[in-house]
Amino acid sequence: MQQEVILAMLAKEPSHGYQLRARLRQALGPLGDAMNDGQVYVTLTRLEKAGLVASEQAEAPDRPDRKVYVLTAAGHQKVADWLAEVAWPRPDLTEFHLKLIAAASAGLADPLAIVDAQRRELLRRLRDAQRAALAEPGGSAAGLLLEGIVLRLQADLHWLEACERNWTGRRNRS
Amino acid sequence: MSDTGNAPLLRAAGLRKEYGKGEGLVRAVDGVDLDVARGETLAVMGPSGCGKSTLLHLLGGLDRPSGGELWLAGRRIDHLGERALAGLRRDTIGFVFQAFHLMDELTAVENVELPALLAGRSARPARRRAAELLDQVGLADRARFLPSALSGGQRQRVAVARALVSDPQVVLADEPTGNLDSQATLEVLRLLEHLHAAGQTLVIVTHDSRIAATADRLISMRDGAFVDETRLTGGSTGNLGGLAGLTEMCEREA
Repeated sequence: MQQEVILAMLAKEPSHGYQLRARLRQALGPLGDAMNDGQVYVTLTRLEKAGLVASEQAEAPDRPDRKVYVLTAAGHQKVADWLAEVAWPRPDLTEFHLKLIAAASAGLADPLAIVDAQRRELLRRLRDAQRAALAEPGGSAAGLLLEGIVLRLQADLHWLEACERNWTGRRNRS
Repeated sequence: MSDTGNAPLLRAAGLRKEYGKGEGLVRAVDGVDLDVARGETLAVMGPSGCGKSTLLHLLGGLDRPSGGELWLAGRRIDHLGERALAGLRRDTIGFVFQAFHLMDELTAVENVELPALLAGRSARPARRRAAELLDQVGLADRARFLPSALSGGQRQRVAVARALVSDPQVVLADEPTGNLDSQATLEVLRLLEHLHAAGQTLVIVTHDSRIAATADRLISMRDGAFVDETRLTGGSTGNLGGLAGLTEMCEREA
């Protein structure tokens, strides 16, 4: 689990690991199924070693999970830096683009067949994401994330259409 | 071929449509073989001019093929006369068009019941069925509105209700969301998913990947021919987390 995400969740209040896990699950909805529950604890241990969180034993002897985690000053600073940072995930279009060019120039594969295969995969993903999005109640946090995934997949599929036009054109000219 | 068991509802074999002659010959549909099963949703995608709309018009008997065979519910239909074809369109096929094609001077419910009245159904049952369908598409409270008082998405939902009024064997949709914004597209999308779940056979020609993603099967067309086929049902990636970059985020060690 990305350390900043866990840190930022702790900024709300000191928490047990299982509370963080539940909050993550709620924010992610069906997407959270991909998350391994142990990852939260692994991350917390790392954060503690790095001095970004501290832990104390809570007064709850009936629970196995008694540690409460608290942000340190350094942890607070790290969260502030993370919130101020502007980042956007890079879709890896370059590799696909170069793959088409390499396939065509070496005569190794038909670029249009590569485009078709990619489209098949993206449409399956779109279907999954769309199903999940339609199943979310209006206003759910996870629904908003799913909508973003759907829109990105649509953008990628638009670009594949452009690839298809381009490579069809090249084939017809040659 | 009989209309029982697993026979496809719609079948095309070597279907062709040509325009012009000699140097100017255009093969709009160039030897298409297609089976559509009962209850299946099929999407056809492809660049503009690839022949997908022409194909849909051939399947619906709106246009006549230059060659090949066409079967609907076990009946060969490519040789039917004009009158028989008109009857077939009215009784067994529902159409949904990009531009809705509603009658501006009729209310929503009047638009929906019109094909049933033209097919000879009496006024009362036709109205009852039209009202039911408007309810199904979520527009019961808009029944007495003129199309001009409805949003784009609502108009297209009226058009879908109209396509269903004769209980067609198959609904053919030509760019059903082509004129709609994303919110209205979502309305139509939900409706198509609903029809699909209810077992309606659907053939949808579309540019919109969201609409195509609702299909069981997707066919890509180029230059009048099928070039790729994708089965979308089953074979789910089962990895929504991967889609959101969640897996990467979990594995990343900052």
